[in-house]
Amino acid sequence: MVAALAAAIGFLAVQRLAPSANVAEPVPIGGPFRLTSEAGKPITDADLLGKPFALYFGFTRCPDVCPTSMADVAVLLQRLGPLAADFRVYFVSVDPERDTAALLAEYTDAFDPRIVGLTGTPDEIAAIAKVYRAYYRKVPTSQGDYTMDHTATIYLMDAQGRFAATIAYQEAADTALAKLRRLLGPE
Amino acid sequence: MKFIKIAAAALVAASCIAGVALAHGYKIGALEIGHPWTRATAPGAKVGAGYMKIKNTGTETDRLIAGSSAIAGHVEIHEMAMTNGVMIMREVKGGIEIPAGATVELKPGGYHVMFMDLTGQIKEGEKVKGTLRFEKAGSIEVEFAAEKIGAGSMNHSGHDAAKKP
Repeated sequence: MVAALAAAIGFLAVQRLAPSANVAEPVPIGGPFRLTSEAGKPITDADLLGKPFALYFGFTRCPDVCPTSMADVAVLLQRLGPLAADFRVYFVSVDPERDTAALLAEYTDAFDPRIVGLTGTPDEIAAIAKVYRAYYRKVPTSQGDYTMDHTATIYLMDAQGRFAATIAYQEAADTALAKLRRLLGPE
Repeated sequence: MKFIKIAAAALVAASCIAGVALAHGYKIGALEIGHPWTRATAPGAKVGAGYMKIKNTGTETDRLIAGSSAIAGHVEIHEMAMTNGVMIMREVKGGIEIPAGATVELKPGGYHVMFMDLTGQIKEGEKVKGTLRFEKAGSIEVEFAAEKIGAGSMNHSGHDAAKKP
């Protein structure tokens, strides 16, 4: 027992001192994707290079967290003023069965035209969720309908498409603004 | 059906800074329903959520078991929770329990009645008619006051913004 414990502690110590590639490397967030924009055109991660952007996973039949978060984003964009003139927030649907490009365009523009809906095939959505370490799952309801569980974090990505920070659901507006200013401000 | 519309100013007036909708309330049996409200929806959105406070002044537990509205194909009762950044939503099987003497609040981030398959957009300032059905108290018609699209969120002084932890 004691020996086992000592071995375990020793093992952990080794892990801490000498992180190996398959144990302690930070997991990158973000990466390649291929989707369809709300304009019905193909869009990939390469198209976003050169400017920081934000990305959110949601769906239009989301009653609470998605409209609340997008309304918050719209207010944040307004408060950022000219700094956010070219900033884009991508709303990636986790319900591609129902969320067509046209529906997403209508939905996201109700909050702010700088919020851009993205959809894709189920495989394409699964692929982007995987590189962003996002979770989503379809949950049936009793009356033959369904809803979606999903990660509700806003990802902030830099101009090289690298992960910079997150904004959590209902994070204080001033904290969120500070993160956005850091992302968008001069180096 | 017996219901008396009451001016439930004391219930919510203090927290209703936005002034979009005046506090309103209903009473059925031992239950007092304070200020049902909903949010304006984005065009294309097929769902909406209804919120309210329900106070049980009686001595028996009751349950909110169902709802309906002309603006929705059907209404479900859901609970939302955030777990490690993931939004999880579940239908509340058997309805929401309203224990004797307790007040249960349906609010953003928690319980809500969910309007599914909306027949049209909910616009700010509208009154959305709906029916709530309780296991013991029976059914009551209420109006949900439609507030702005992001009501209840971090940037707005809606009902709950000030009370969130």
